[in-house]
Amino acid sequence: MQPEAGLSCAEVVELVTDYLEGRLPPEERRRFDEHVSGCDGCVAYLEQMRATIATAGRLRETELPPELEERVLLSFRDWRSPG
Amino acid sequence: MIQDQLLLLDGLRAGDEAAFATLVRLHGPAMLRVAQLYVRSRAVAEEVVQDAWIGVLDGVGRFEGRSSLKTWIFRILANKAKTRAAREARTIPFSTLDPGEPAVDPDRFRGPEDRYPGHWASPPSSLPEERLLESETLSLVEREIDKLPPAQALVVTMRDVEGFDSEEVCNALDISETNQRVLLHRARSKLRNALEDYMNAA
Repeated sequence: MQPEAGLSCAEVVELVTDYLEGRLPPEERRRFDEHVSGCDGCVAYLEQMRATIATAGRLRETELPPELEERVLLSFRDWRSPG
Repeated sequence: MIQDQLLLLDGLRAGDEAAFATLVRLHGPAMLRVAQLYVRSRAVAEEVVQDAWIGVLDGVGRFEGRSSLKTWIFRILANKAKTRAAREARTIPFSTLDPGEPAVDPDRFRGPEDRYPGHWASPPSSLPEERLLESETLSLVEREIDKLPPAQALVVTMRDVEGFDSEEVCNALDISETNQRVLLHRARSKLRNALEDYMNAA
């Protein structure tokens, strides 16, 4: 299965964010890739992590409640011509 | 994109309402979501957003463009929200010096006496795409973000919900890149766990 100096799955799951952020030093990145290329569980884990990130992204709202937008624009007019 | 930013900035400086309204529509929804993580009450969060825009208008003459306009706006928002939260005796600790919890329950890995210690004993499997798209799943993720320690909720909201890059988050919240990454890791790990549990329970 794994070579002697390979990462364990328990180590991989702690490195996933550094990996996805492109922050792993080259040697660690190599060990990470080497592990994941031979480990279905860690492939699934990475996939779950990506799915989690994508699901969070779907919470994004693109519109402000109209009454808040209106209030902010009113305060802009006050700011521009006080009194 | 950069050109648009400059046009909006010029418009803002000139007191042009269309430029201001464009910025409000562009950043307002994320500002409201972020403000709510500081103050928790929707009404107070709305006031914070409004205060932040006044702060933007008052400060735009001094804005030097050392950060992006977006980052600068969110710095103002974070400061207003922090001040308001302090008045409610709430502070958000950003420290990550504590070791934190493991990303995955240690019981899911093989023990030290095993031939392959630290390897999956009960490996994850893929989350079904159609269930990920259900509105119940979205609500679950939203509730789970609310349950996170506030600093983690802020970072994961800005990064993964609102799509900020790490530099924008660090500059807006005034935290280091490492700090940001640790908070993101803890937050994402907990959200993944919750999603997996939710899918397995059904």
